[in-house]
Amino acid sequence: PFQNHLLVFPKNRCTCHGLRLYYQVLNFGMIVSSALMIWKGLMVVTGSESPIVVVLSGSMEPAFHRGDLLFLTNRVEDPIRVGEIVVFRIEGREIPIVHRVLKIHEKENGDIKFLTKGDNNSVDDRGLYKQGQHWLEKKDVVGRARGFVPYIGIVTILMNDYPKFKYAVLFLLGLFVLVHRE
Amino acid sequence: MNTVLSRANSLFAFSLSVMAALTFGCFITTAFKERTVPVHIHVSKVLLKNVDDFTGPRERSDLGIINFDISADLEPIFDWNVKELFLYLSAEYTTKSNALNQVVLWDKIIQRGEKTNIILKDVKSKYFFFDDGNGLRANKNVTLTLSWNVVPNAGILPLITGSGHMSLPFPETYETPRSY
Repeated sequence: PFQNHLLVFPKNRCTCHGLRLYYQVLNFGMIVSSALMIWKGLMVVTGSESPIVVVLSGSMEPAFHRGDLLFLTNRVEDPIRVGEIVVFRIEGREIPIVHRVLKIHEKENGDIKFLTKGDNNSVDDRGLYKQGQHWLEKKDVVGRARGFVPYIGIVTILMNDYPKFKYAVLFLLGLFVLVHRE
Repeated sequence: MNTVLSRANSLFAFSLSVMAALTFGCFITTAFKERTVPVHIHVSKVLLKNVDDFTGPRERSDLGIINFDISADLEPIFDWNVKELFLYLSAEYTTKSNALNQVVLWDKIIQRGEKTNIILKDVKSKYFFFDDGNGLRANKNVTLTLSWNVVPNAGILPLITGSGHMSLPFPETYETPRSY
């Protein structure tokens, strides 16, 4: 594939091993920086700090299950309205939550406070918010879910739940990159 | 193609490509579909109270109690790429303190294969209709709409509002509180 266009392997046999390693490292660096550029580009286009998230809990079943992938946007021009699926972070907690907006109260200047609830939960999220916090605000929002692909994120969950699996995958990948001649 | 490993590798790569193509096909063939249908909403009872908001901030707020009828035929929406419809009935209104308020009163999940012709009479609201303050009293225009979130097998998650809404004014006085 595109590796053929990247770097041409010279026919110089004397410095074979050193040059080969050098080109492999360069190739690897090109792949990593391309991936990083695409990710950062997505962040800019969607306006979200995390444009793709994996669903971690079953609180939105039967719509989303653990391991599903969500595509988010967080454009300022899109107002938050009820029914939307928002991914938000509670102050002081790292893990983002994917739930649906149940109630909004918006002032004329655009300040908005809203309440969320998971489809599969029987009560709203006030029990999840910080002590004394009754509403979420725009600053808590990571993004709004606009697209969805099932199952793909299951790899991320496997890697989180079974760290040995993660190390095994990383080890095999490293081995593969080193051994593969192209 | 002469070892088990290379055959397995080819097979795996091929199945991944086919699945990716199918998923993309699902998405692109339904991405631009119109997903609205006409709905009929009718309100059978409206009651207004003023109590402490026990669901959250413990301030004295207006509490609306509404019973309603809904009818909608959602059959045309379901196609090969619709996994579920998340229906929700929401009330939208303006008050002195907030330019826009939206409250979901009731919701329902319809999965593919379930009954799609919804005719419900005298439904009680699922969620407490508390205002952020006392803006429901004598409110001239509270609009009820039925909307749905289309959850596909893969693709976009649009929010569609059914055509047909119901606007109603709220009573000017509070009902005498009754213990429930």
